[in-house]
Amino acid sequence: MIFLADFTVIVPDFGLLFWTFLIFLLFWFTIGKFAFRPIAEALKQREHDIQDSLDQAKKARQDMANLKAENEELLAQAREERSKILKEAKEVRDRIVAEAKDKAKIEAQKIVADAKEQIEHQKMAAIIELKNQVGAMSLNIAEKVIRKELAGNAKQEAFVNELVGEIKLN
Amino acid sequence: MFGSITAIGMGLAVIGAGIGIGQIGGKAMEAIARQPEAVGDIRANMILMAALVEGAALIAIVIAFLSNNP
Amino acid sequence: MRRYILSFICLFFLSTFAFSQDHGHDHNDGHGHEQQATTDPHEEGCGHIEEGEFNPGATAFHHISDQNIYNIGPFSLPLPCMLYAPENGWSFFSSGKFHTDDHGHGNGHVAVEGYVLVGGMVHNIRDNSFPDGEVEINNHGFHTTITLEDGKEKEVNAICYNDRLWAVDARSTADGGVFGGGITSFYDFSLTKNVVAMLIVFALMAWLFFSVAKAYKNRAGMAPKGVQTLMETLFVFIQDEVAKPFLGHKWEKFLPFLMSLFFFILGLNLFGQIPIFGGSNVTGNIAVTLVLAVITFFVVNLNGNKNYWEHIFWMPGVPAWVKTILTPVEILGVFIKPVTLTLRLFANITAGHMVIVIFVGLIFMFGKGQWGASLGTAVGSTVLTMFMMSIELLVAFIQAFVFTILTASYIGAATEEAHH
Repeated sequence: MIFLADFTVIVPDFGLLFWTFLIFLLFWFTIGKFAFRPIAEALKQREHDIQDSLDQAKKARQDMANLKAENEELLAQAREERSKILKEAKEVRDRIVAEAKDKAKIEAQKIVADAKEQIEHQKMAAIIELKNQVGAMSLNIAEKVIRKELAGNAKQEAFVNELVGEIKLN
Repeated sequence: MFGSITAIGMGLAVIGAGIGIGQIGGKAMEAIARQPEAVGDIRANMILMAALVEGAALIAIVIAFLSNNP
Repeated sequence: MRRYILSFICLFFLSTFAFSQDHGHDHNDGHGHEQQATTDPHEEGCGHIEEGEFNPGATAFHHISDQNIYNIGPFSLPLPCMLYAPENGWSFFSSGKFHTDDHGHGNGHVAVEGYVLVGGMVHNIRDNSFPDGEVEINNHGFHTTITLEDGKEKEVNAICYNDRLWAVDARSTADGGVFGGGITSFYDFSLTKNVVAMLIVFALMAWLFFSVAKAYKNRAGMAPKGVQTLMETLFVFIQDEVAKPFLGHKWEKFLPFLMSLFFFILGLNLFGQIPIFGGSNVTGNIAVTLVLAVITFFVVNLNGNKNYWEHIFWMPGVPAWVKTILTPVEILGVFIKPVTLTLRLFANITAGHMVIVIFVGLIFMFGKGQWGASLGTAVGSTVLTMFMMSIELLVAFIQAFVFTILTASYIGAATEEAHH
């Protein structure tokens, strides 16, 4: 025959009540406070970190996209700038070339004019010189002719011929 | 005497709990079949409800024990 | 995988066989069980006591009960006894002094300071004229007589010494007699098998969780590793499926309590499942579950806010005459909640342990000491036991989870803010 009293697990005895109470409270206040709480904190921290990382990655991606757009804009701007600069440079070059050409032409004209003037001048001086020399020579010849006339005709004639042969027009 | 009327009482209590838990389990299966993505929530609630039904049966069993104590 | 399964099956067969050896021995030898008596020539002076049959119920009760010795296989390890008798004061000694038999029944052959060990549990000899100190007795179990007290059948246990029966008392219990216990001549504050199991589980859990907590600190910012991963799975499950949905934004305050409950119960449930290591039935002892439920009761009600108490004593939004019915029901509910918590865990774990013992006991019911029948039944009951043990493994988790989730829902109801 089985008696309920043999079913000892259904009757709470004081010793086990006391020890369970003690051990569970110990469990709660040591493991609960010093292990479960830190673990929960660490998990929360990690969750936070993961969320942060995801946010950061998203932000980085956004930034990257922004940067790319900006770069493209910059590139377009640069390209435009370049073409503008090139155009300007071409204009400047053309202008300089034209200016130089004009200047060169004027200079050349001036040089030519100067040269002509000089030539004229020289020519005039040479003519004057020639005139002077011709005058002097004429005088000289005249002097000598006059002297020879006194010595004979034939001889005079020969002499004049001799003189004429001597004359060289420069 | 222990184990005669008590046994009948326990058996009756268990019939009730069995029907209850069977209903819960069956409905939970149907719910899972209908919405397989909610399986986690359904399972947790199923266990909770089964525990509550079981609690009622346990009280009945203990009272059956007590009332038949020699 | 197959190799593991095979070795597992072998282990089960072995443990069943060891158990049957143990009990078969007892049966063939005619040594008494609790209710069984013997016809030992030394005890003839105590009168004839009928030979008992194998009683599966009694065997199961014996195996799930708390003990003052720790049985591992055939060995009985002594545990410290701390006993208090109001008449004689405190007694401290080791239960090894009882000189327990080696059959795993826990009957001590020596009485120490008026205490004897029967069925693994310390009993006090009521009569103070019993000699003090260590006295050799021939203890083969109880001599049970049934008396009528106040019109109720009551069982009186006695042991035999000096050709005389000496009535013994079991330890005092806190049930007030409703379950057959009550205040007796002594209180047992010993470190019993269950207490030792709790201490072992406490130590294991402390080691496990402190190392996990340390791992979180040392490996901050790194992925979890090893046992940390396993524990994290359970931890996060309880945190996200139990604490957060039921407690709302206050979940962090109650997390250590819920986690302690879950892992304490789970650890004890699983520790009790180990077949050879004492098979302690800690969470299947009502004292343990009662303490857990009472602590839960205080945590719930001490944290109850105005809204909670208003819903109990003066439910808003219902007519006055309904309130007169509802209020007593609600007040009763406050106390029924911890009672169901206590009983649910206790009944589930005890039932599991008992079913396993009774399945193994089938060997002796059908075998009756014959080898062929014993072996045949052993195969069947091993398969049944394995099935039951796998169910119990599931129950160990489910009951720990249910206790925690119900506690969380009670705390959640008690701390919920008014929203209407």
